[in-house]
Amino acid sequence: MNSTVATLTARSLLGHRRALLLLALPAVFLVLAVISRWLAGEDSGNTVVLLGGFALGTLVPLLGLIAGTGAIGPEIDDGSVVYLLSKPLGRHTIVRTKLAVAVGVVVTFAVLPTLVAGLILSGGSDRLAVGFAVAALVAGIAYCALFLALAVMTRHAVVVGLLYALIWETLVGNFVPGAQALSVQQWALALTEKIVGSSRSAELSITPAVGLGAAVPLLLVVVVGFTWYAGRRLRSLRIAGDE
Amino acid sequence: MSDATPPTPSARSGVIHDIGYRHYDGPRLGRGHIARALFVESALGAYGIGRSARSKIVPMLLFAVVCVPAFILVVVAAITNADELPGEYTSYVLNVQVLVAIYVAGQAPANVSRDLRFRVMPLYFSRPLERVDYVLAKYAALSAAVFVFVAVPLTIMFLGALLVELPIGEQAPDYLRSLGSGLLVALVLAGIGLVIAAVTPRRGLGVAAIITVLLVLAGVQGVVQGIATEENEETLAAYSGLFSPFTLVDGVQSSVLGADSALPAEPPGTVGAIVFLIVTLLLVVACVGALLLRYRKVSI
Repeated sequence: MNSTVATLTARSLLGHRRALLLLALPAVFLVLAVISRWLAGEDSGNTVVLLGGFALGTLVPLLGLIAGTGAIGPEIDDGSVVYLLSKPLGRHTIVRTKLAVAVGVVVTFAVLPTLVAGLILSGGSDRLAVGFAVAALVAGIAYCALFLALAVMTRHAVVVGLLYALIWETLVGNFVPGAQALSVQQWALALTEKIVGSSRSAELSITPAVGLGAAVPLLLVVVVGFTWYAGRRLRSLRIAGDE
Repeated sequence: MSDATPPTPSARSGVIHDIGYRHYDGPRLGRGHIARALFVESALGAYGIGRSARSKIVPMLLFAVVCVPAFILVVVAAITNADELPGEYTSYVLNVQVLVAIYVAGQAPANVSRDLRFRVMPLYFSRPLERVDYVLAKYAALSAAVFVFVAVPLTIMFLGALLVELPIGEQAPDYLRSLGSGLLVALVLAGIGLVIAAVTPRRGLGVAAIITVLLVLAGVQGVVQGIATEENEETLAAYSGLFSPFTLVDGVQSSVLGADSALPAEPPGTVGAIVFLIVTLLLVVACVGALLLRYRKVSI
């Protein structure tokens, strides 16, 4: 970890009024939670739809994509990453620092709003708020590590990441159930199921495609593996323009 | 060089450095031709034609994927000898909206952001091309590309239906309605995509911004309509379609063009139809206006 790199990364992610634009996402989400509570009252079914579908299905992957690729992508793109790489800092330190900042952004703009929205929607009932907040946190870390490594690997990281998060996890997952076994979202959902309790989860149709025993190792492998690989790839980065 | 002697005024103004090459004095094509060339180049570029092989992968792949369900519908109808297609023309775009959104998010920045990022706008505007021409040509090009993206699968369904000898009288009205709403979807999405892409020229950021806006709007619309339908708030359920571009156009399609809506609630009566139509048209006009404002400030 290096505080200067962290400050610079945070500034590139949140400076220039970008923080305000990012704030719009959780704001819309919280307004939605309030509307739902106001119209439907305390309802665990709606909570699962909003937190599972909107927060875990849309908000967390998108913010993970913006924060993960945004932490290093623009620097590689405009070539200024060479000034960072030429400093006496380990490449793995750089990646870990940038990952920490990206995770911080996701926690601020997606995980905490998920917790608050969960409390607005269902209070403390069924431990849904905590369950989905934990899932959002874990999924957020995994998405950040994945998309940060992707940003080091390819200049088309955002499009490739979108294809994974939207096409693979959602569309392909709906038609080919096996595809869901390789889905960060489903792994995180396994944690929610554990926290809420399996019988109540089944009633609320929280049905992860993988069990906890598979989900935790897979999440660890993705986070540790992709973070390590991103550092490794940074050792021999090619700065070349295409298009 | 500033302290060099001022150049001797020459008879032909505008010549910086004449080293004696033969001049071009054939006909010069004007604004219209430049705008048309820009339109064609941009529209083909939205499918990667005329760009690098790597730029062709994503649009071509998405285009293939969006056509697959149409093929499947036709094949199913042929095998089962059904007397109608197993899917509606008019709900096709709504069902593949994620693909359309990703396509727009990928191609809108490719269409306008690169010109801004690499600062080549002065090269365009040093020709007789006006800013209005540039904006309209780019807008028309992306709209045409998105329209082709949604119209080809619909046409596959229509031609397939005729091939398996379904009556043309039953197929044609819904096919034409879906083409009409496909045109509206193309105009609305291209407008939203271009406005966002033109203000976020950084690579990747424009793509993420467009997809975020489209998906969050669709998510908000789905949640609000779902809850409102469940709680029997019919007015809110009906007007929640205004939140997302796809359901907005679906509302126009069902209320103005008279198709069956795939959504749980559609615009109520004549008032609803007028509101949905006006919001759609205002959105298109607002997008063109925003683009013109943006490009008026582009420095030369």
